[in-house]
Amino acid sequence: MGKVKTLDDLRKMREELKSKTALRDKSEHSEGMIQVKVAMATCCIASGSRETMNYLADELDKRNIEAVVTQTGCMGYCYAEPTIEVTIPGKEPVIFGYVDEKKADEIIEKYIRHGELVEGIIPMNYKNIEDTTK
Amino acid sequence: MSEYKIHALVCSGTGCRASESDMVVENLKTEIAKQGLSDFAQVVKTGCFGFCEKGPIVKLIPDNTFYTQVKPADAREIVEEHIVKGRKVERLLYTDPDSKEAVNDSKSMNFYKKQIRIALRNCGVINPENIDEYIARDGYEALGKVLSEMTPEGAIKIIMDSGLRGRGGGGFPTGLKWEITRKEVNEQKYVVCNADEGDPGAFMDRSILEGDPHTVLEAMAINGYCTGASKGLIYIRAEYPLAIERLKIAIEQAREYGLLGERILGSNFNFDVELRYGAGAFVCGEETALIHSMEGLRGEPTLKPPFPSVEGYLKKPTNVNNVETYANIPVIFNKGAAWFASIGTEKSKGTKVFALAGKVNNVGLIEVPMGITLREVIFEIGGGIKDGKKFKAVQTGGPSGGCLVEKDLDTPIDYDNLIAAGSMMGSGGMIIMDEDDCMVDVAKFFLDFTVEESCGKCAPCRVGNKRLYELLNKITDGKGEKADIDRLINLGSVIKDTSLCGLGQTSPNPVLSTIKNFRNEYDAHVLDKKCPAGVCKSLMVYEIVEENCVGCTACARACPVGAISGERKEVHKIDPTLCIKCGACEERCKFNAVIVK
Repeated sequence: MGKVKTLDDLRKMREELKSKTALRDKSEHSEGMIQVKVAMATCCIASGSRETMNYLADELDKRNIEAVVTQTGCMGYCYAEPTIEVTIPGKEPVIFGYVDEKKADEIIEKYIRHGELVEGIIPMNYKNIEDTTK
Repeated sequence: MSEYKIHALVCSGTGCRASESDMVVENLKTEIAKQGLSDFAQVVKTGCFGFCEKGPIVKLIPDNTFYTQVKPADAREIVEEHIVKGRKVERLLYTDPDSKEAVNDSKSMNFYKKQIRIALRNCGVINPENIDEYIARDGYEALGKVLSEMTPEGAIKIIMDSGLRGRGGGGFPTGLKWEITRKEVNEQKYVVCNADEGDPGAFMDRSILEGDPHTVLEAMAINGYCTGASKGLIYIRAEYPLAIERLKIAIEQAREYGLLGERILGSNFNFDVELRYGAGAFVCGEETALIHSMEGLRGEPTLKPPFPSVEGYLKKPTNVNNVETYANIPVIFNKGAAWFASIGTEKSKGTKVFALAGKVNNVGLIEVPMGITLREVIFEIGGGIKDGKKFKAVQTGGPSGGCLVEKDLDTPIDYDNLIAAGSMMGSGGMIIMDEDDCMVDVAKFFLDFTVEESCGKCAPCRVGNKRLYELLNKITDGKGEKADIDRLINLGSVIKDTSLCGLGQTSPNPVLSTIKNFRNEYDAHVLDKKCPAGVCKSLMVYEIVEENCVGCTACARACPVGAISGERKEVHKIDPTLCIKCGACEERCKFNAVIVK
């Protein structure tokens, strides 16, 4: 007799396993989701950006907020590491500096959940190549 | 433990493995471990992404970075740059052939934009050797639902309502086939998965079996419950070793979990699956021949009726479905018949997987909704014709199908439209031809295949196809006469009408459809003794243009048979009786003095 004895067993099992491939499902339908980019250059890593990224990804998941957490190269704000860029669909991206776990928690609760701005925003003072060609 | 933040999906299909994707997997794992990130990033061996043209493929999730032609030595850079520092490795990104820009997100690739992946939903997403990943993506849910909530009749009705038709080529309604087998009264029935994919250039079924074997097992179990069969057999060709290996692993895991075996998921339903190997004969894709081969007899077809659903394997009622047909079944139960029927055309529902091959930029595996046009498939998804050449024809349905031309490009693809246009859906091979292909030669290629694969049981197929081939050979040899074209048409029609099974009934199709669409090319071969595409060697004459020849002797030195004569600084000459038309002289000449007529 195998380990999956009923349909309920199968469904319970799936709930437990779902998180293993959830990231792949998410990336298939990432348009319209909140995007969080964590800067991950040497200086950022030294300041703890990987811990920040892990924290953000795990917490967003725990709090049932559909968001894609990716990493990106140096954003240039090396004095304010770890830095993250949060894009809520339909809004301009916002960059936050000095994001430790406490700050990350505040950003999730205030900005991501309710759209309230929190301290620590770095004004965007540059343009991308795409912006200038538009 | 928290989950991985980055998944590196590495294609582990036959194509990419041939280009060392296994080593890529190993090296990625080693490099990730070296960086101490084994809890952060996961390496997953997956099935085929379809983009075989540029394999091996590595896709990084969640940002959908699509790296192409990755070599084992690139693993270190991917890990150090992308996984550690978040910087994409630009040189490995897929470059859009039109804009010449690197594509950052695979979703914006033209290749994927128009695809809907139902049968291939898990290919390139899950690890086919891990049943847990299949279950995580709703695997075996459909089987569970059917067993606990539905009667066989009710489940068959859902398949009927979905409008699913057999994906092996014929397009017979799947639900109806199941119903016929269900109605047969017998203490032992069988369900069989036809994985004997034999069309030249087709690899749809192989990719499904390699990338998502559990979907086939789940669908076969549903099929067993619906028809009253407790035993499933997969007839697979022995030349698909990777698919066989993954199926064996999948069957073991499913048994271990109790998803195959006795009293599945607490029901009274028992079902198990076994593999049967074929030796790679094309005719064994025909269901009666397939069944005889499984019985240990010669792989020869027999007359229908009796149909296998009445008298099949070991004379018991047997339901035979193709791999891709099965791959659609679990999704139909999970998403509903109405959802499935909303995709496609009036009489052809859902999607179809095609293997793009030949002179197209993006050779690979695609799944598109029925009703898409050939133009969209070839020019948008396929990225157009290689080297900017001109499109000439596309062969669908493999050696049993016909060629479609420019005027057919805007026809919506479905079972009935393709037949009306003079070809057929077939199992999904799509071979694209450009201006450099000679259509007489193409017909000869397919006929050579069917002559080789004819089982020899009935005379029209055994003798007739051989005679057809000889006629074609005569024409490409420059010895054809005008009446030969009529002979081809007459003989072809007789073979179609009188052959025993599908192989012979369709084998003249490539000849007849090329004559229909490219009569002028046949005429040129027969009347003018010329091959317009410059393929048929016997009809080519190499000559030296006197004005251009400077007498450098390069051509004479390159000629392997000494057919070129002439003194230094004097005009050279090619002796056509000695010339073997290898083209070495033309290649060597720097003054464009050698031409082909």
